Amino acid sequence: MNLDGIISGVLNSGPGKAVAAALGFPEATPLRRGEAMPANPLVVSAVGGASTLVADALRTLDLDAEAAVVDVPEARSTDENGRERPPAYPGRIGAIVVDATAAARVDDLEQVRAVLRPAVRAVEPSGRVIIVAGDPATASDVEGAAVRQALDGIMRSVGKELRGGATSNLVQVADGSTADELAQVLRFLLSGRSAYVDGQPLVLADGATGPRPEPRIVVVTGAARGIGAAIARRFAADGATVVALDVPIAGEALAGVANEIRGTALQLDITVPDAGDRIAQHVVERYGPDARIGAIVHCAGILRDKMLANLDEKRWGAVLQVNLAAQLRINDVLLRPGRPGGLADGSRIIGVASTSGWAGNKGQTNYAASKAGVMGMVRALSAQLADRGIVVNGVAPGFIETDMTASIPVIDREIFRRSSSLLQGGRPADVAETIVFLADPGTPLNGQVLRVCGQLIVGR
Amino acid sequence: MADLRNAVLVGSNRVPFGKVGGAYAAATNLDLLTAALDGLVARFGLAGERVGEVAAGAVLKHSRDFNLTREAVLSSALSAATPAYDVQQACATSLTAAVQLSNRIRVGQLDVAIAGGVDSASDSPIAVNDGLRRKLLRLNAAKTPLDKLKTLATVRPADLAPEVPRAAEPRTGLNMGQHQAITTAHWGITRQAQDELAAASHHNLAKAWDAGFFDDLVTPYLGLTRDQALRADTSVERLAKLRPVFGDGPDATMTAGNSTPLSDGAAAVLLAEEGWARARNLPVLARIVDAETAAVDYLTGTEGLLMAPAHATARLLGRTGLSLQDFDFYEIHEAFASTVLCTLAAWESDEYCRDTLGLDGALGSIDRAKLNVNGSSLAAGHPFAATGARILGSLGKMLADKGRGSRGLISVCAAGGQGVVAIVEAI
Repeated sequence: MNLDGIISGVLNSGPGKAVAAALGFPEATPLRRGEAMPANPLVVSAVGGASTLVADALRTLDLDAEAAVVDVPEARSTDENGRERPPAYPGRIGAIVVDATAAARVDDLEQVRAVLRPAVRAVEPSGRVIIVAGDPATASDVEGAAVRQALDGIMRSVGKELRGGATSNLVQVADGSTADELAQVLRFLLSGRSAYVDGQPLVLADGATGPRPEPRIVVVTGAARGIGAAIARRFAADGATVVALDVPIAGEALAGVANEIRGTALQLDITVPDAGDRIAQHVVERYGPDARIGAIVHCAGILRDKMLANLDEKRWGAVLQVNLAAQLRINDVLLRPGRPGGLADGSRIIGVASTSGWAGNKGQTNYAASKAGVMGMVRALSAQLADRGIVVNGVAPGFIETDMTASIPVIDREIFRRSSSLLQGGRPADVAETIVFLADPGTPLNGQVLRVCGQLIVGR
Repeated sequence: MADLRNAVLVGSNRVPFGKVGGAYAAATNLDLLTAALDGLVARFGLAGERVGEVAAGAVLKHSRDFNLTREAVLSSALSAATPAYDVQQACATSLTAAVQLSNRIRVGQLDVAIAGGVDSASDSPIAVNDGLRRKLLRLNAAKTPLDKLKTLATVRPADLAPEVPRAAEPRTGLNMGQHQAITTAHWGITRQAQDELAAASHHNLAKAWDAGFFDDLVTPYLGLTRDQALRADTSVERLAKLRPVFGDGPDATMTAGNSTPLSDGAAAVLLAEEGWARARNLPVLARIVDAETAAVDYLTGTEGLLMAPAHATARLLGRTGLSLQDFDFYEIHEAFASTVLCTLAAWESDEYCRDTLGLDGALGSIDRAKLNVNGSSLAAGHPFAATGARILGSLGKMLADKGRGSRGLISVCAAGGQGVVAIVEAI
């Protein structure tokens, strides 16, 4: 066993767990994953007025919701020691969805506190706290914008207080958001598919949804292993026809993935000048002259960590070429209108960024540059392509357990894991779930980068 | 002939070829052939599909490999309903398999098929010698424990010497290199010319790898990502320093550098009826036009062991009405550098073409710039049965890139004085 294994073993098993706890390492809870919905009842509360958006969305999902317990002074009791006790739920709750879309005044926030206080005490392991609010950018006055932004602060702090794998997220609806669109987002957040999404605002966009193309051809770069392979598998499970792409030297693993999911393997170094043309040609030569790409996921990425003081142009250039420049060039080619084998109107582009792109990281100026660059691309390209119905989003994985992160020194790795609100690393499948969600034509998000990081310290 | 359909090459796949005892030292023929098939399946999205027929084979074969190709199909991602059979024609195995299957496609018996070949010099079968084998068979037949003991007691130390397969001709006892040395001397092929051809093979192959030519022809296996025998930095000067290993005396010219190394590897090509391929939006790289097999009498010394392709080519050109110069690419398998050079010399010889091939005169010379332009067996290695499929796969891609109507000639010599040649044309 190597040093990594020994230290992980000590921290995670037997007496080591007690030591870990004593050292301030709380224990991680296995997360609810997949399509599973919360086990206990869902409660819902509308704050600040008479919005029915959330109630309508939940009806669309065929989910029964109970009324929330509200912490008002008259509902409190006194215990045997004479201390005031807030009202409590009779048992566990699976999730609370707070409809704060009508919240516009600072005083309205008290209602949010009043419904969350009993809820955070009752929410089940891997339960959910979801606040639905308006977008601060479209508030009609300054106080309204302030209140909407305040909800973001509440959501993030709740995420850090919740235990047992429960998460807290905020949905900011657009003026034109429909109950169906909100339902799509709530279904994702309530289910185990969002297991590792925590402390995250999801900003709904108008006009971002469309019909689902058939057959749905999805190109995944970096698909031979790790997160890319998980993404390819998840898309296949979702019924997509997957073009699994990776560098030629990864061909053996790539063929394994492609055959497992009955897709096709494309061995290609994405940094070659004609990479975009070769992707389009592959699509045409496998799926026909009229075939178009329904979604492309730019997952291929490399690390060449070095402190800037020791960083030469080779390590710099390799990371920026693979992680950023290649996907800019490939997008340009595939986005040419009418290009056979290119991106269809109404298709989806997903960039893979990283929390390092927000937070920065020692020894990662090159990597953080490339990943922040991906976020810039997502924003700019989504605005540019709106008229063609092409939607561009990104994900920013935090600490995900892969071969790539297995190369991080063991102490750092353990610190990364336990720095997240969920006290653990994510799985490649967690990133894949969020990407499949973003790539779904029914998902009303555009120009956003969602963190899949278990609320790892920082990020939008 | 007018009723025949077109059999086309859709694409190919091989593993990088390994050196004996190298990356694939622990891999079996079954492992290697399965890897080649799986890479092909992944490239063309055939997982779970039933292919009409798979024909492949190996030259060095264990007795357990009696149904090698079918077993490889079952190990692969192809549908288990895909039939398969083994073929073996020495170094021409996979080219012969491709010719057979393309003919089945042309007459309408198949729509899609896979031809391939595999060989492992590392995992070659070692047989017990005949003495021990007979005693073991008797042991197996013995009824009582006492009889068994008696039989075992007859085993002598000499019985334990294993029989290792050799690249030797059973009828002459000479190995292939020794045979070729005779032919090389007969045609007066110089050491310098052989080393130049070998260096060109390495340089051409290295250039093709660097240009990404093999991105859609090769799938790495067991960590090997390029052909292991490839020496990109070799030179005529460096090759000139090697000691001859075949032939006798000061005039010996054949070295380890201008002879193919023993290799491990597998290759497969996907063939289909043209309309079938087009209906499925699959690439149509080239049409298998025609093929000819020849065999020569090397026992009496009237012809060299590896000269059969010269004969096959003459007959094939005669039948198709093409001249030797009507090709854009020539793929002549480099069993030895001198094999290629002897073949070229024979085609250029009025006397040989007239007296031996029965033609009016020489077939003529070829443009050497069109010969083995992306390297061949000297650099890539030569897992015997896999070589034909390697060549066909690469040539198909070259022809498709060159454009409609471009034409290639494949020539593969084989043990036993045989040779297979084929014409392939982009459509």
